Amino acid sequence: MRLINQKPGRVLALFLAILPFLAVLLAYKMGSDARLAVNPSDKLLPAISTIVDTAERLFTQPDRRSGRILLWHDTAISLQRLALGTGIAALGGLAFGLAIGLLPHARSTLSGFVSVASMVPPLAILPILFIVFGLGETSKVMLIVIGIMPFLIRDLSQRVLDIPHEQIIKAQTLGASTGVIALRVALPQLMPNLIQSVRLSLGPAWLFLIAAEAIASDLGLGYRIFLVRRYLAMDVILTYVIWITLLAFVIDWALKQTARKAFPWSGEAL
Amino acid sequence: MSFVTIDNIFQSYGPRPILERVSTSVDEGEFISIVGASGCGKSTFLRLLLAEEQPTRGEIRIDGNPPAREPGIERGVVFQRYSVFPHMTVMDNVLAAESFGTRFGFLPRKARKGARDRAMATLDRIGLAHAADLYPTALSGGMQQRLAIGQALTATPRILLLDEPFGALDPGTRLQMHDFLMELREETGMTVFMVTHDLDEGFKLGDRVLVFDKPRWDPTDPDIIGATITYDFDARNGGIPFQTIKEETHVLHPA
Ligand SMILES: Nc1ncnc2c1ncn2[C@@H]1O[C@H](COP(=O)(O)OP(=O)(O)OP(=O)(O)O)[C@@H](O)[C@H]1O
Ligand SMILES: [Mg+2]
Repeated sequence: MRLINQKPGRVLALFLAILPFLAVLLAYKMGSDARLAVNPSDKLLPAISTIVDTAERLFTQPDRRSGRILLWHDTAISLQRLALGTGIAALGGLAFGLAIGLLPHARSTLSGFVSVASMVPPLAILPILFIVFGLGETSKVMLIVIGIMPFLIRDLSQRVLDIPHEQIIKAQTLGASTGVIALRVALPQLMPNLIQSVRLSLGPAWLFLIAAEAIASDLGLGYRIFLVRRYLAMDVILTYVIWITLLAFVIDWALKQTARKAFPWSGEAL
Repeated sequence: MSFVTIDNIFQSYGPRPILERVSTSVDEGEFISIVGASGCGKSTFLRLLLAEEQPTRGEIRIDGNPPAREPGIERGVVFQRYSVFPHMTVMDNVLAAESFGTRFGFLPRKARKGARDRAMATLDRIGLAHAADLYPTALSGGMQQRLAIGQALTATPRILLLDEPFGALDPGTRLQMHDFLMELREETGMTVFMVTHDLDEGFKLGDRVLVFDKPRWDPTDPDIIGATITYDFDARNGGIPFQTIKEETHVLHPA
């Protein structure tokens, strides 16, 4: 039988899915064991048990100086920045996407500009953001907004343009004004795409968040990682990395479920 | 009395003429079938009737009104595909015919009950009452087209435009749709333009069959001549003309 026609059974599929995780874990353990055997105080690849201990400490024990459990505070502030940034970008993406997709005048005015603007590397203008908005929350949120909004606008406006022209004509023959077409024909069909595009841009959003936090902050997941880097605290860094990954995964999963539930008509497209 | 007047229409895309010198007039309540080779401009003609495009020359008037500049409530349309809104239930698709005309596209609370009852009656009429809460993707092709026709008619347009509405359906469903359309037409007395590739269908449903074709053939560059109406058949009485006696036969004619 051809390879392309050979499919794993259910148990095998599950095992195969777990396999890469096991492989990475095993490789890490072997590397760590080897280094610790040579030098028991090696900090580069701490033993897995050390990481688990550290994780437990980070999640449950308050900081000696401030009396707060820092990891939770870091998480809360980072998620807040992320939510604000992606939320604003999503709203902007929707508004501009609808305008560009539906209105020829807006399209002529904006689509070229957005294409050029999306080529600006966001991290390169981070210093400008710090200068303009200061080192507070605004500049971090703005970096996320500027980083992902051009992509959202381009993606969503294209989705509006992809709506079959027949539907737009049909709506007009039912007496719909431009506003009604935007509100009742384009917007609802855009929502699943919005969630999809936000899912795709969450990766970059995390990147911009951590970058901004690493450079100028006193709280946040990215700040913490770059802070403890100075002490080579690999156990802390790894705990944070795994925690961030988990957060990102859960957010992605939740968005996917939301789209499935909220837009039953969109079928398997998600 | 002419209801739809099509006066010397030309349409070209860039240098290429698609339609030329198309003139005809249609009475209220007539069913016009439009046939012709693929790519000869039938859909273009329908787009002009729909006011989705403006002709390069000539004008189309409905009931003597000035030519429309964009599609509107007086024209209903059903395409071969994509005529219903996939994100709305069957019920909401019919309701759209009432709600889309409002300011924000939603019916006011007190108007909702009445509209739902009317929509339910329409769904009953088009045989989709049982599917009211389904999304169009769950419907068969024939059901989707029935919904599209029902939706278009709910808006009570002055003319109904159909572009190969049954083109994607199997022969059996097609026949059912013919009966369905004939009945609806009987009830509403609607003026209908229908593009079809099926001659039998055209003659069966239509009062007139318009044939679009190039009137001349330029051997060096066939593309420089646009299509026009080359035949206008009377399709009543199975396409056999002069079957209706116009004179009163029971009157004594004075010698
Ligand atoms: N917007 C447009 N711009 C340029 N050319 C167009 C446009 N729309 C249609 N045409 C051309 O006009 C010609 C007629 O197209 P039209 O769709 O009206 O044909 P049709 O008779 O409906 O064909 P079919 O039977 O295949 O549906 C085609 O050659 C097409 O390529
Ligand atoms: Mg066509």
